[in-house]
Amino acid sequence: MFRRLRESLSKSRQALVEEISASIFDRIDEEAWERLEEALILADVGVPTTAIVVERLEQEVEAGTVPADGEAVRERLIEIIGEVGATGRRPIDLSAEPAVLLMVGVNGTGKTTTIGKIAWHLSQEFGLSVVLAAGDTYRAAAGEQLAEWAERAGADLVRSAPGGDPGAVAFDAIDAARARGADVVIVDTAGRLHTQGDLMDELAKVRRVIGKQLPGAPHETLVSIDATTGQNGLRQAKVFAEAVEVDGVVLTKLDGTAKGGIVLAIANELEIPVKLIGTGESLEDLRPFDPEDFARALLAE
Amino acid sequence: MFDQLSERLQATLSDVRSRGTLNEGDVDAAMREIRLALLEADVNFRVVKGFTKALKERCLGADVLESLDPGQQVVKIVNEELTALMGGASSGLAMAPSGPTVILMAGLQGSGKTTACAKLARHLGESGRDVALAACDVYRPAAVDQLVTVGERAGAQVYEQGTDRDPVEIADWALQRAREDGRDVLIIDTAGRLHIDEELMEELARIRKRTKPHDVLLVVDAMTGQDAVGVAESFAGAAEFDGVLMTKLDGDARGGAALSVKAVTGKPILFASTGEKLEAFEVFHPDRMASRILGMGDVLSLIEKAEQQVDERQAMDLQKKLEQDRFTLEDFLQQMRQVRKMGPLSGLIGMLPGMGAMKQLKDADVDEGELDRVEAIILSMTPMERANPSIINGSRRKRIATGSGTKVQHVNQLVKQFDQMRKLMRQMVSGKMPDPQQLARMSGGAPRPRIRRR
Repeated sequence: MFRRLRESLSKSRQALVEEISASIFDRIDEEAWERLEEALILADVGVPTTAIVVERLEQEVEAGTVPADGEAVRERLIEIIGEVGATGRRPIDLSAEPAVLLMVGVNGTGKTTTIGKIAWHLSQEFGLSVVLAAGDTYRAAAGEQLAEWAERAGADLVRSAPGGDPGAVAFDAIDAARARGADVVIVDTAGRLHTQGDLMDELAKVRRVIGKQLPGAPHETLVSIDATTGQNGLRQAKVFAEAVEVDGVVLTKLDGTAKGGIVLAIANELEIPVKLIGTGESLEDLRPFDPEDFARALLAE
Repeated sequence: MFDQLSERLQATLSDVRSRGTLNEGDVDAAMREIRLALLEADVNFRVVKGFTKALKERCLGADVLESLDPGQQVVKIVNEELTALMGGASSGLAMAPSGPTVILMAGLQGSGKTTACAKLARHLGESGRDVALAACDVYRPAAVDQLVTVGERAGAQVYEQGTDRDPVEIADWALQRAREDGRDVLIIDTAGRLHIDEELMEELARIRKRTKPHDVLLVVDAMTGQDAVGVAESFAGAAEFDGVLMTKLDGDARGGAALSVKAVTGKPILFASTGEKLEAFEVFHPDRMASRILGMGDVLSLIEKAEQQVDERQAMDLQKKLEQDRFTLEDFLQQMRQVRKMGPLSGLIGMLPGMGAMKQLKDADVDEGELDRVEAIILSMTPMERANPSIINGSRRKRIATGSGTKVQHVNQLVKQFDQMRKLMRQMVSGKMPDPQQLARMSGGAPRPRIRRR
């Protein structure tokens, strides 16, 4: 399939830029598939998943199951992308009392901000009482940052001194939630590169502590992936999933020009579905993943 | 991946040798592999296209045709071309002839600006400069606190006015302070911003205009994907940055973004941030980055790391001690710590070429616990015992084992091994070849780093 990524010497760079717009399927020909490949690669979907999507669509058009009509092909493409991205998806389950959410991810991917947004939604829109656990005891001022979010969201905060044991913070937070009859506990953790073995072990320990304190918890473990992340996102999701059994991905910072296509690869190759999408700086900027919307945005110029 | 790429290229070009020539079809096949490898490394699609086009022309040249191993030859050319593209004249930071040198830091949210500010401050401070930081991120909760904390750790004064003032005013005020205080360098931390956020990009341009920085650095996360190009182009417009600081290079991202940014803006990558600690920061080496993008080991960085960490004076002392046979367990402890300062041993293994491809080592993990245990044992000894291990009798062994949370047999092993090591060193210093049996015994001892699969 990758023969199409070969050089098209006749095309100038400018011409290429213009082609990747809403008009990928103006004509269904070899060049249309090339344009589609390019659009998906530029969206960080990655080579293997791009190959799967384009091959599937091309085969369906060739077999006649999808009419060779621009609009029909476009609609089918959006469906396929939606199917790939929603692999194994189930809603976030908050039925446990308290329900425990664990948030993990690489430094700077937006964990703390996402937690603030989730807490705000749960407390302001669903009327649930939320306890935040400031498990990032490493980064300077991370506790202060979460404290501000807690205040904005109207959530309680459990924290320790800098350098404290993150497992103990999670333990205390669940304890506090039970005592107060709170509905949800969200545990923040320090950002860490997935290549730092000792820090990944620490994370696994936090998860074990939570499970011991409350059997069945954490009920949802989310890994945050920055929309600007390239192919390394796949490694991140894989290694975090190995350490703490990740249930879903939160795609953050989708308000820029990056398309976050790596989450398609994550869903396709690791069967970890995208669950939430963060689109901005304000508290309301968090929404459930909508495959259709995502697919449309992925291909929009 | 370099190993992978060179394997793939060798496979692709395997029948070339029997034919003796490299035709256009062969080169196209090779270019396809290279294109895939670069895309997997997150080099921008369009940059890849331009790059492989230039590469193809060179590969069709005569040197490949005459080469005995066309696969290797193509790899060599790829590496050279990548290095050329990454490199170019890098003059480093522009420093002010007098008064404070102003360095403005900009970048997306989460790219690691605040930490990078502190690291750069420490780096510049090491060469004797008096560095101050200006806290101009008034948007992210607690960003000012974070800068104050890491700035203190880096030994730099942080000028801050809380979060209620306009960042442009804070920057200007900080510059006045830096002048009054006679600082050599002022590094301005700014809020992370999206390159399409016109208001904030405008603010950045105003900070730039007001403070007239000598250097504007764009902070780029090594894990950035295809969008690195768009980000760099936008920041080039608003901030007119002079160079790039790559962060999170201690991860396993190939860092193709570095190539993309350099290719579209022509601005050099000046610094690399490579870890959590403030000292995990270095001057950027284009040739090494080229190897990294292609997955080749980073031997040079490893050597440099070792050189930085091993204090020359200490090394001289050690030599003397060895000659006079005064090497003690205390020295042994210092030696071990020096090696460990270079980072987790598993990280060091990753820098060796070829390790990425070796399946049995891919998930290898050096048992750091073993080293911790050796440290604990030595730390549980009295100074006299460390200097003179021969006095460690049964009851001392018991006490040391209890004190270090180990077993008596661990203490025995360490003492025995140390003794053998000392004999060996004595022989080496006196110019005799070590007894091979002794070497074998030593390598069988316990307190060595063990490599095991996870």
